[in-house]
Amino acid sequence: MDVVMLARLQFAVTTVYHFFFVPLTLGLSVLVAILETMYVRTGDETYKKMTKFWGKLFLINFAMGVVTGIVQEFQFGMNWSEYSRFMGDIFGAPLAIEALLAFYLESVFIGIWIFGWDRISKRLHATVMWLVAIGSNISALWILVANSFMQQPVGYVLRNGRAEMDSFFALLGNGHVWVQWPHVFFSAVATAGFFVVGISAWHLLRGSDRLGIFSRSFRIGVVYAAVGIVLAMLVGHNQAQYMTRIQPMKMAAAEALWDSEDPAAMSLFTIGNERERRDVFAVKVPGLLSFLAHNSFSGEVRGINDLQEEAVRIHGPGDYVPPVAVSYWAFRIMIGAGMLMLLLALYGVWKARSGVPTARWYLRASVWAIALPYIANSTGWIFTEIGRQPWIVFGLQKTVDAVSLSVSGGEVVFSLVAFTLVYGILMAAGVVLLRKYATEGVPGDSAAPAAVGAV
Amino acid sequence: MDLNTLWFALIGVLFVGFFFLEGFDYGVGILHPFIARTDTERRVVVNTIGPVWDGNEVWMITAGGAMFAAFPHWYATLFSGFYLALVLMLLALIVRGVAFEFRSKMESPVWRAVWDWAIFVGSFVPALLWGVALANLIRGVPIDGTMTYVGGFFNLLNPYALIGGLASLAIFTLHGATFLTLKTGGGMDERARALASKLWYPAAFLLLAFVVATYWMTDVHERLGVDPGVVPAVAVMALVGCRWTITNRRDGWSFVLTAVAIVFATVTVFIALFPRVMVSSLDPEWSLTIYNAASSPYTLKVMSIVAGLLVPVVLVYQGWTYWVFRQRITPQSELHY
Repeated sequence: MDVVMLARLQFAVTTVYHFFFVPLTLGLSVLVAILETMYVRTGDETYKKMTKFWGKLFLINFAMGVVTGIVQEFQFGMNWSEYSRFMGDIFGAPLAIEALLAFYLESVFIGIWIFGWDRISKRLHATVMWLVAIGSNISALWILVANSFMQQPVGYVLRNGRAEMDSFFALLGNGHVWVQWPHVFFSAVATAGFFVVGISAWHLLRGSDRLGIFSRSFRIGVVYAAVGIVLAMLVGHNQAQYMTRIQPMKMAAAEALWDSEDPAAMSLFTIGNERERRDVFAVKVPGLLSFLAHNSFSGEVRGINDLQEEAVRIHGPGDYVPPVAVSYWAFRIMIGAGMLMLLLALYGVWKARSGVPTARWYLRASVWAIALPYIANSTGWIFTEIGRQPWIVFGLQKTVDAVSLSVSGGEVVFSLVAFTLVYGILMAAGVVLLRKYATEGVPGDSAAPAAVGAV
Repeated sequence: MDLNTLWFALIGVLFVGFFFLEGFDYGVGILHPFIARTDTERRVVVNTIGPVWDGNEVWMITAGGAMFAAFPHWYATLFSGFYLALVLMLLALIVRGVAFEFRSKMESPVWRAVWDWAIFVGSFVPALLWGVALANLIRGVPIDGTMTYVGGFFNLLNPYALIGGLASLAIFTLHGATFLTLKTGGGMDERARALASKLWYPAAFLLLAFVVATYWMTDVHERLGVDPGVVPAVAVMALVGCRWTITNRRDGWSFVLTAVAIVFATVTVFIALFPRVMVSSLDPEWSLTIYNAASSPYTLKVMSIVAGLLVPVVLVYQGWTYWVFRQRITPQSELHY
């Protein structure tokens, strides 16, 4: 493997791993803030117990998100120095703003939230949790401002051999930001919803709910999950239509659409030959892709071969086709996981109108469904970043030209192995702790042993 | 003052704030196995920085972000050039951050011992490496005409940089000890003071050695003259005065003086650098400066407005947390970590 592939692999490993923790932080911070606000407004101690229970799990997850985020701040310089030189004028600004506006907010106030239960008033304590939630979600906004430029460069001029910022507000007003950020946010809401529902279901299956904490959590969680997944899918549909306009090649790869079609059929299942760019076996629904792209059963959707020719005309000779199989399957796994979430959440909301659903198959399915958002979040990012290849900044800089010149393959192998090992150990420790505190329940609950340890 | 100078100064301020605040966090992490005798005492020590370490670390993240935004070539050359050193530092910071949160969440003594080690190593390594990195910035490293670092990992481990690393390690550890005399009770404050008294000798010796070595091994004396000016003198005098305040149990002043020493030593490094940000040891013409490494005037202007609006707000609410958590921590306190 050459140094570019190694650096890409390391970026993939560290980023997918980091994003394992981020969505739960984004979604659960808001939910814990809501629960604590309910406690302050009603004075109902059950809400306080819920806040503390979910807050504890939130903190374990939050710590993992924070420490893996440190790597993200530096690795553009470490492994992608030529990218940093070419893009720093634009890309550095949202990153610095993210730190100033969001990282300080969440990091300072999370300290107050953990340690301040009896140092500040109840109302102020709940406000502090809202500040943590706002900080986390603002941080997501700014990193997506940066990522959106990589998908759709706006507000820049090419000058002095690099991309220089021409309009800060164009960067912030980039249409891509405003389809991407809502999609990430609502996916995060769904992630937190399914997390809460799954763990609550686990306790309900064991009958450990004397205090009513888990039945109440279940009902709140299932509504949260449903709102999240419905909106994530609606916004995601918008985002896909947007992508068809600005990155048609990515959509063509997602659909394994070799040639332009009008009306275009949607592939349900394709086994293709990527080198010869043809289907080996495919099941397709006629006209559906046109409908998804244009809200009409006719209308051209452009295929890989046409787009490749066009790219050669604009950018010169080269291969402008992203890895089709990875794009196609990542996209389908994301959507498949999303569909399953949608069904489970809607059924749950329907049943939860009058109490908690008691069907054991549904509660068991809910426990397993904790994994679904994680699958969708990871494959979604793999798709959006792989589908942009060979570009690192769409149309401006190729990934092969972005890698650090002074870092050798051996050094990347060392860091890749080291990060993977340490991340693996931390994942094991994090899962052990999450399991312990998730299954331990709440002090005073029938099947729960007395709580030990901190918080 | 032009915007390039302003951003150089602002990044200097971020490093000053970072070393002042994270300096005692690192010191506390390094000292906690030596000051605490029981598990509860170890928790007390960790809880003194519990509410603040994460916010303190953001100073480093922000410094990195500010370098990227204002001087992208500095960001690119430094972090790709010092690659392996940075990987080691990141690994240390990763396990350290998780260790604070995880350590007391299991009863098992083995579990806690492992995370205690993680806190120690995770604090020791960055405290050492930051000094190595800054010393290499002013000493100069092999950078070619395309702003690319052409040395290896072992180029960074020269005698001058090692003195710098040991100096930062010793001073941060002392800073942590003076912090703990203020923040702990139940006998641990006494132990912290006794340790501070011992730690003063290596800290003072290494700071002096670093000052001498800077004259001898870098181009500082050519650029700034023989008279070092008031800034480095204040750093040295603060540390000298600290001997008296530690002996006379003026704990508040001891902490202030270790802080002053760190702040003025960091400022000295930035003065020695200016207007360069990385010195090339191959050809002075190839050094990165606040001009050839900078972003466009437009980006610098945007970022100046953003920083002007946000930095004061951050300072206010971060200051407030220190007010909220101003009490000493004792074994009788409620321990959240």
